[in-house]
Amino acid sequence: MTATQAVQKPELTRKDFVSDAEVRWCPGCGDFSILAQVQKCMPKIGVPRENIVFISGIGCSSRFPYYMDTYGFHSIHGRAMTLASGLKASRPELSVWVITGDGDGLSIGGNHFLHTLRRNMDINIIMFNNRIYGLTKGQYSPTSEQGKRTKSSPMGSISYPINPVRAAIASEATWVGRSVDIDTKHLSSMIMAMASHSGASFLEVYQDCKIFNAGAFSHLTDKTVRDDRLLYLEPDQPMLFGKEKQYAIDIKTHRPMILDMERSRMDSKDLMKYDASDPTLAYMISNLDYPKFPVPVGVFVDIERASYSDLLEGITNEAKEKAEGPDDLRTLLAGNNTWSIE
Amino acid sequence: MSSRVDVQNSAEEKLQTADRISQDLDRVTIRFAGDSGDGMQLTGMRFTESAAQIGNDLATFPDYPAEIRAPAGTLPGVSGFQIQFSTNEVYTPGDEPDVLVAMNPAALKSNLGDLPHGGTIMVNEDAFTANYLRLAGYDENPLDDGSLNEWRLIRVPITRLTLAAVEEVGLKKSLAERCKNFFTLGLVFFLYQRDTDQTKKWIDNKFGFNLDVARANKLALQAGYNIADTLEVFQTLYRIPKAELSPGLYRGINGNLAVSLGLVAAARKAGLDLFYGSYPITPASEILHELSGMLSDGIKTFQAEDEIAAIGATIGAAFGGALAVTGTSGPGIALKSEAMGLATMVELPLVIINVQRGGPSTGLPTKTEQADLLQVLYGRNGESPIPVLAATTPADCFNMTYEASRLALKYMTPVVLLTDGYLANGTEPWRIPNEDELPEINIKFAKSEDYQDRRFAPYERDENLSRPWAIPGTPGLEHRVGGLEKDLLMGRVSYDPDNHQQMVETRAAKIAGMAKDFPPLEVNGPDNADLLILGWGGTTGAITSAGEQLRAKGYSVANCTLRYLNPLPNDLCEVLERYKQVLIPELNLGQLKLLIRAHCLIDPIGLNKVTGKPIKIQEVVDKAITVVERPESVDEQETDKGAQP
Repeated sequence: MTATQAVQKPELTRKDFVSDAEVRWCPGCGDFSILAQVQKCMPKIGVPRENIVFISGIGCSSRFPYYMDTYGFHSIHGRAMTLASGLKASRPELSVWVITGDGDGLSIGGNHFLHTLRRNMDINIIMFNNRIYGLTKGQYSPTSEQGKRTKSSPMGSISYPINPVRAAIASEATWVGRSVDIDTKHLSSMIMAMASHSGASFLEVYQDCKIFNAGAFSHLTDKTVRDDRLLYLEPDQPMLFGKEKQYAIDIKTHRPMILDMERSRMDSKDLMKYDASDPTLAYMISNLDYPKFPVPVGVFVDIERASYSDLLEGITNEAKEKAEGPDDLRTLLAGNNTWSIE
Repeated sequence: MSSRVDVQNSAEEKLQTADRISQDLDRVTIRFAGDSGDGMQLTGMRFTESAAQIGNDLATFPDYPAEIRAPAGTLPGVSGFQIQFSTNEVYTPGDEPDVLVAMNPAALKSNLGDLPHGGTIMVNEDAFTANYLRLAGYDENPLDDGSLNEWRLIRVPITRLTLAAVEEVGLKKSLAERCKNFFTLGLVFFLYQRDTDQTKKWIDNKFGFNLDVARANKLALQAGYNIADTLEVFQTLYRIPKAELSPGLYRGINGNLAVSLGLVAAARKAGLDLFYGSYPITPASEILHELSGMLSDGIKTFQAEDEIAAIGATIGAAFGGALAVTGTSGPGIALKSEAMGLATMVELPLVIINVQRGGPSTGLPTKTEQADLLQVLYGRNGESPIPVLAATTPADCFNMTYEASRLALKYMTPVVLLTDGYLANGTEPWRIPNEDELPEINIKFAKSEDYQDRRFAPYERDENLSRPWAIPGTPGLEHRVGGLEKDLLMGRVSYDPDNHQQMVETRAAKIAGMAKDFPPLEVNGPDNADLLILGWGGTTGAITSAGEQLRAKGYSVANCTLRYLNPLPNDLCEVLERYKQVLIPELNLGQLKLLIRAHCLIDPIGLNKVTGKPIKIQEVVDKAITVVERPESVDEQETDKGAQP
C-alpha cells in the first residue's frame, strides 16, 4: 500500500465533518459538546479529511464515528484500540482517533488501554468519562465513586474506582490530558494538542450523563465554582487557582500542599512550576482530588519518545538492509535450503 | 575402547560379526525418542533433510510434550520424532516404526507398544541405570530380562562413546553429553548409508558462534558413523533409492511454514501488504515466528496483548487495505469469536488460521485433533456464516492458505483455514512453485473517480454479492462501518425489520454462492462402489493410503477428501449417493458426519479417534473392511457408543 496522495481541496470547515446521520444522544448529553469541538478542530489539524479515521467500541460515546464525516469504524465492546493499532501499524500515514468511555475503555477494554499506551501507538484516544454505564441503563462503572447507588449496586458500590489519568500515566503514556465537556475552549485546546503529539495521546473528558448520572461533575465544573475547584495545569507555569489566582499548589517534602499567596507572601516566581515531561510529578499531581484539593485539568504528561510507527519503520529498514538476494516471490518461497530434482 | 556393542536377536544367538548385507527397501519408518532435552526433534529434522536431499519422498511427525523440560527420565518428558521415507510416494509418516531409537528407559517404555514384533530397537544402554529404570517404572532392566526378545535389540553405550569421541575438545561433561544426539544420528546415517557432509555443514552454520560445540558435534556425528562401521553394530545395511518426484526445486516444509509462505505469496500476487496479528499459542506460534523473520515493507507482524487484540488489529488492518491475517488454535478462536462476527458484519476480508489441537479448554496443547470444525462453523452469535477450508497435508497448507486468501479478498469475508498440530509440525518435500503457477488475485479498491456523479454506497454488491472495499485515504469515499445492522445500500444504522431479514439472507447467500468457485470433488477409485471413505484435513494421508491398500486387496472402495467445508461443494451429495456406504474417519466424535447427515440426508458411519494422535492407515483399513464385510456389526457399535446426533 502506497500512501494515497491527498487531493488538496479548498479549506474545510466544521460542516465538512458533519455526517448525514441523525445524532441520537439524549438531549443535554455532554457528548454533543465533545462532538462539536472535535468537528471544529478537525479542519485545523493539518490532515486531509480522507486520512482521518475515527474508531470506537460500544457505549453511548462509541456512536461518535457515525456522526463524523470521515472514515469510521464502530467496532465491538472494548476493542476500539486494537482496531486502531492494527490500522495505524499498517497505514502509518493515517490520523487515527479512538473514542471510548469509562466502561468501554477501562473495564472490558482495560487490557488494550494498558498495552496501546505502553507501545506508544501513534493514535489519539478520547475517553468520555461519565462515571456510569449509560447505554445499558445505569450500572456503576470502573470510575464510579465508592458507595454509589445504581441498579446493580442498590446498597452502594463496594468497588474502589480507578482514575483514568493515573492509569494512563502508569501505563507509560507519553501524552495525558484531562478536560471538561462544558469548557469548550479548554477542550478544543486539548484536542489540538493531542493531535500534534507524536505517539499515543490520552484525553479524559469529564462528561455529563443527563439521564443516569446527572451532575456527576457539577460540583467541580459549574461556572460558579470552577475557578476554585479546578486546577488548570499550564506548561512551565506555577499551579495557580482561585478566581484571583490567589492559591497555589506547591510540593514540599514529597507532599502537595495549598499555599495562600497573600498569607504566605510568596512570589509566584518562587513557586514550583508544572513540568509535563516528568511523569513522577504528573502522577503526584494527578492524585489531587476534591474536596481536599482542586482537581487538575490540562496536560499532565507530554513526553517525546519514539512512537510504534517510528520504531516499526526503523526495524523494517534494518531488515531491508540485511536482506540478501533478490526480493522476488520465488526467492522468498525458496528460503536458503533447497535441492533440485531433475 | 572398552565399551561393548551388543546386538541381540530373539530367535538366534547373539549375532556374530558377519559380512554385512546391503538390501534395498521401498520404505522405512524410524522413530527417534528421548527426553525432551535430548535433542530428538533436531536429530529427526537432520535425518529428514538428508533423506530429502537424496530424493526420497517422506513425511514426518514430531510428538513432544507440552512441558519444555519435563523432569528428565520420566514418561511425560518423552519427546519423539517419526519419519517415513520411501522410494515411492508417501502420504503419512507411517503407522508404526520399523526402527525405534530409544535414548532412555522412559522413551523405550512409552514407544514400545507402537513397535511391531520383529522391529528393531536401538537403545542407549548407558541410560538404563537404576535411577532411570525406576523413573520409567521398570522393576527389572528390560535389556536384560528377556522381555524384548520379540524384537531385534541393538545396545549401544551411546553416552560413553560420545564422551570419548568429544573428549579432545575439552567441553565440560554436561555439554559433551549433549552431543549424543549427533552420535546417534551418525549411527543411523551409517545404517541407511547416508552422507554426513550436509549435516556437518549445517552444524557449522548453526553452532558457528561456538566453535567448540560445533567441533564436538561434528566429532560425535562422525564417531557414530565410524563406530557403526567398525564395531559392526548393524548386520544389514539398507538403501532406499530415491523416489520419482516431479522435477523442480524443492525444500522441506512443515504446515506452519507452508501457511506462512502461502500468505506471503497471496499478498504478493494481490499486490497488498501482509499484516499478521497474533498472540503466541501452541501449535500456531511458529507462523508468527516465520513471518516476523520475513519483515519487510510488505510483511508486518503484530504480537498483540491477547487473542482478541490480535484479531482486532487484523480487522483494523483489513479496513486499511491489507491482506489481514490472524492465526491461533482452538482456545484462541473461542476468544476471537465476537470479532469474527464483527468481520462478518462489516464484510471485510480476513484470513483466520486455526491450527487445531486437542480440546476442550487447554486440552492437549501439543497433540493433534480435528474437533474445532463445528466451533468455527457455528461458534458465534446470530446468523454469522463464515467460509471454512481445510488443508490436507503439510505442503497443502500452502495451497489452501493461498486459496483462503483469494476467497477472502474476492468475496469480502473472513475465511477460516483449519490445519492441525499434525500438519503444522509434520514435514514433507515441497516443490517451490513459480509465480505464474499461482492463480491470479485481482484487487479492485473503490476509487474516487468511480463516484464523481453518485454517492458511495458501502453495501452495493457485485455479481458475487461482494461489497466494495473503499480504504481510508480515498477522497470522497469517507464512510462508516460497524457491528450494528446496516441498511442494505448506504450502510446507515438500520433497525428496520425487513432490512435485517434481507441483510441476513444476503450474507448467507454470498457465502453459499462461493461453492460455484470450488473445483469438482476428486475421488480416488471407482465411481460406484461398496464404500466411499470420506475425510477432511489431516486424516487425508491415512485415508488415501488406506484406499490404495484396500483396492489392492480387491475391495470395492473409493476415497475422497473435503478441502471446502463451508460451503460444502455443490457436487458432494451427488457423489456420496453413488456409494452404498460412506465411512468418515475423523479425529473427533463425528463432526463432519453430523454435517453430512444434515446436508445430504444420508447416514455415514464414523471412525472417531480422539487420542491426540493421528489416525493410522491400518485403523482405516480395518474399519473399512468391517463396514464392507459385516455392516451389521458396525450398526451395533454405533448404537453402543450412543453416537453423536
